[in-house]
Amino acid sequence: MKKYEKNELVRVTVTLNGKERSGICEPRMLLSDFLRDELGATGTHVGCEHGVCGACTVQIDGVAARSCLTLAVQADGRSIDTVEGLNGGSTGLSDLQEAFRRNHALQCGYCTAGILMSCDDYLGRKPDPSEEEVREMLSGHLCRCTGYTNIVKAVLETAQSRREKKMLETTE
Amino acid sequence: MKPQVFDYARPDSAAEAVALLADSGSDARILAGGQSLMAVLNMRLAQPSLLIDISRVQDLNYVRVQDGNLVIGAAATQASVEWRRSLKDEVPLLTQVFPHISHFQIRNRGTVCGSVAHADPSAELPLALLLLGGQVVLRNRKGRRVLAADDFFQGMLMTARAPDELVEEVRYPLVTAGHGYAFNEFSGRHGDFAVASVGAMVNKDSIRFAVGGVSDRPRVKVLPLLKGADLDTAINDFAWELEARDDHHASAQFRRQLVRRLGRAVIERAMS
Repeated sequence: MKKYEKNELVRVTVTLNGKERSGICEPRMLLSDFLRDELGATGTHVGCEHGVCGACTVQIDGVAARSCLTLAVQADGRSIDTVEGLNGGSTGLSDLQEAFRRNHALQCGYCTAGILMSCDDYLGRKPDPSEEEVREMLSGHLCRCTGYTNIVKAVLETAQSRREKKMLETTE
Repeated sequence: MKPQVFDYARPDSAAEAVALLADSGSDARILAGGQSLMAVLNMRLAQPSLLIDISRVQDLNYVRVQDGNLVIGAAATQASVEWRRSLKDEVPLLTQVFPHISHFQIRNRGTVCGSVAHADPSAELPLALLLLGGQVVLRNRKGRRVLAADDFFQGMLMTARAPDELVEEVRYPLVTAGHGYAFNEFSGRHGDFAVASVGAMVNKDSIRFAVGGVSDRPRVKVLPLLKGADLDTAINDFAWELEARDDHHASAQFRRQLVRRLGRAVIERAMS
């Protein structure tokens, strides 16, 4: 059993985007603050801090979740993926990020980091979602520039191009 | 929007968790998925002195079919039930319920037992448990007791759980041949708290009809197999029994109207 006193400074180690990183925090520190303030990973944004807006969404062991509703001490020993880890293609952007750019699926961009982390997990589990299902998944994110239509388009386009890529390989 | 200080413990087993609860009582809170509790802590609506984090307790992380129930342990996430391929053949009502529960990202971490223990009157999982006649298993250091859902839910965020007890498991009865199930709700935006939610289970003898979000807890009523105007009258009588109140989300009258309209529609859907 692990036990920490309220003002105890705890060393928390996570695998952040594939690299082991550690920092010091009190038990009450939120994962969102730990990522930004202790590890300097400011790609993850903080909005409402009570789980409503979705801006702080990261992946904990590959599963999209609110970093503001998770304590840093709960993440100890876990794998955390954030928007900084998404880049991969020749342009430095993932196919999902490219689709967001093509479709103008971001305006101010504040909500985008969280949305990308949700979509990345969701498309991995659900390669062929309907528009309605994508909208249901996106309902967990608030975009106050209200660019939802283009976000939906970008997600559906990414899903389709991934499916086509898979099909192409079978005919090669 | 940051929590007050608290001690933190992460037990390795359910036995350790209930031992901690026995020692600290009502000053301690169980942290499982944290999707209700962390928001409450961030807003400082609760200031427990100890958080007991059971999210990694392996002997509480299970979902299995056992003795005619889908049995869900305290550390099992809502997503682990929702994404179960066999769910529609096990508890088809839950496949209708999950898309209404908050959002994908919340269900990934939120637990079924946590939602039941929190007992928000508009929450979907307590309503589904009550509608199906499910059970809640409470465990303390000395042993376990099993309560019917109807005895467990007592009021707004109030349950029969004693301070030293852990909601160890919930049991959703499996589908019964010849029964129809339906669920629906109305909320301001998708994923928000339901202004009113309704569920129905119908067989050849009777209608079991449940309503959430209107009373201080989910409520259920067994009706005979009525049709037409008689059914409308019975639903209306129940809508008035719920003692709806006006609040900033909706008027009592609007809530009764939702019970009448959505209620009639889910009962008909469960019959078909």
